[in-house]
Amino acid sequence: LDLDALTGCLASSACLVTQSTSGFIIGMLLFLVAVGLTLIFGVLKVVNFSHGAFYMFGAYFAMTAYQVTGSFALAMLVGAAGTALLGLVFERVFMSRVYGRDVLMQLLVCYAFVLIFDDVVRLIWGPEFKSMGMPSAFQVPPLFIAGGVVPPYYLLLIGVALAVAAILGVGLARTKIGKVIRAAAHNPGMVSALGINTGLIYGGVFALGGMLAGLAGALAAPVRSLTPGMGFSVLIESFIVTVIGGMGSILGALIGALLIGLIRSFGSLGFPLFTDGLMYLFMVIVLVARPTGLFGKEVA
Amino acid sequence: MSELQAERAGEPLGVPRIKAASKRLRYADVMIALAAFALLATLPFLFTSKALLDFVIRCSAFGLFATSLNLLVGYTGMISFGHGMFFGLGAYGFGLIMQRTGVPIPVAFIGTLLITTVAAVVIGAICVRLKEIYFAFVTLAFQMLIHSVILSWVWLTGGDQGLRGGIPRPMFLGIDLSNHTHLYVTSCALLVIGLWLMRRIAQSPFGYTLRMIRDNASRASFVGIDVWRAKLTIFVLAALFASTGGIIMSLFVSGAYPEFAYWTISGEGIFINMLGGVTTFLGPMVGTVLLLILNDTVTRLTEYYGIVLGIVILFFAIGLRKGLMDFAVEWYEQRRDGAKERA
Repeated sequence: LDLDALTGCLASSACLVTQSTSGFIIGMLLFLVAVGLTLIFGVLKVVNFSHGAFYMFGAYFAMTAYQVTGSFALAMLVGAAGTALLGLVFERVFMSRVYGRDVLMQLLVCYAFVLIFDDVVRLIWGPEFKSMGMPSAFQVPPLFIAGGVVPPYYLLLIGVALAVAAILGVGLARTKIGKVIRAAAHNPGMVSALGINTGLIYGGVFALGGMLAGLAGALAAPVRSLTPGMGFSVLIESFIVTVIGGMGSILGALIGALLIGLIRSFGSLGFPLFTDGLMYLFMVIVLVARPTGLFGKEVA
Repeated sequence: MSELQAERAGEPLGVPRIKAASKRLRYADVMIALAAFALLATLPFLFTSKALLDFVIRCSAFGLFATSLNLLVGYTGMISFGHGMFFGLGAYGFGLIMQRTGVPIPVAFIGTLLITTVAAVVIGAICVRLKEIYFAFVTLAFQMLIHSVILSWVWLTGGDQGLRGGIPRPMFLGIDLSNHTHLYVTSCALLVIGLWLMRRIAQSPFGYTLRMIRDNASRASFVGIDVWRAKLTIFVLAALFASTGGIIMSLFVSGAYPEFAYWTISGEGIFINMLGGVTTFLGPMVGTVLLLILNDTVTRLTEYYGIVLGIVILFFAIGLRKGLMDFAVEWYEQRRDGAKERA
């Protein structure tokens, strides 16, 4: 417990900026993972317990693509596209068999894939920690904003995540595809009776969710170390985000992710040993006050 | 909520009704328990293999854990994905009390159960009113919280090294738990007593209340049942048996490790229930034996244990869609019905 460090930081603008930025990038990465989780839940009514594995695969795909081609943009693309494909196959071949069955089965199928995917990564890339390294385009001196240190890469990361949030928000609310997806979430039987292939929508939404998690992994690859099992802690955190924000709400995922990011970055100053605990504590408080999350709709 | 969803959410686990137990059957349970204990207790005289006895001790620890999870999953329809936290809590609680205070083993045993009760009441009070998928993940989050507390509270728990230096096992009532045979018989006794108690809970009116809550919680609450209280009660009771499993484990390995409180223990518990089947009382016990055999075989053959276990889980979840004991029961019923038709 180090409250002096926390109050000291809150008083200085430099520290405030540095900590907020690190909080924002934690939050933005979490948002990308959590929004996929929340979309899949909103439309398919299943919780993708293996969602963390897509984050992990995104990071590993990006690392390999970067090592082979040396292009950062291509690495991001491979990370996102590879996991989208993986998501599509995973949904069509396996998850589609357990819709409408009890939650236990859905959890078990995902649990099986958490085990399998972690071992597949160990098999292909080895069990040791890996690092992609910062691409040379971003190896420039950090920016100084109000005395705080902000690496340019962080700005890119935050920008990409905000762009994704905007595209998703507008896309779901305004476009025709968005309307079909919302209709399928509300009443798949009716949508299918109108001649729309719901299987395709389900597969597409799962691929989109997987892609967002993969993109998060790819974006995180230069700043985090890669290891089999890296997806699991992200999964737990993004689940906490969706619980706080409310299952199925994109705005909720954004707000929840930012809150968790800020709690983590400022909590690590004030309560270095209890940062995780702080996060759980916050979740408990939200759940007790609002069991459906901050932006969740009441379930009848 | 649309019609489709409502139907989906209201669907119970598809468990056939178990007929009410008569008094005669209750005595049968006692006889079966005594016979099982007698059989297990004679094993050391028949076989000298230490590996076999070790296997049975591990089965006792995980069997109690898995069967208690079935009280939640199969009987009440509460899919807890964090039940392993009580297993870990039992192992660490018992280990710490023995290492730090030197009280007799029965006192430490009761002390651990008290700690578990307090933890389960607090966690359960927060979790049990949540809907099924929220319940699953919030229990999982608590499991990870306890795991991270164990990892970061280094001076008390030893951090990622676990509780080392062995757990002292002084004699009590003529039982010496550092003696392998004594430890074995004690584990068997705890297993049989634990199973019998859980059987009594499952067959009691309270047990039938739980089945009613599983099948239709709102109807149960209209009948006047306090659903929240019933769920919390079974959550705490199940935690106590899981904790007992953890105590056996800590006695067996003479220590406690963070893996005991890791989420994979809960995942394995869920899988054991699936493997053996949740519709019979002894299903999880059968599942435990199967998983431990599978575990021991696979880890000997390959280091990629996760791939093999994952494929087995998929085979059961997508291919068979039910546990082994469910198959056995169905087969038996079909045979019986067939015999009736012929007669």
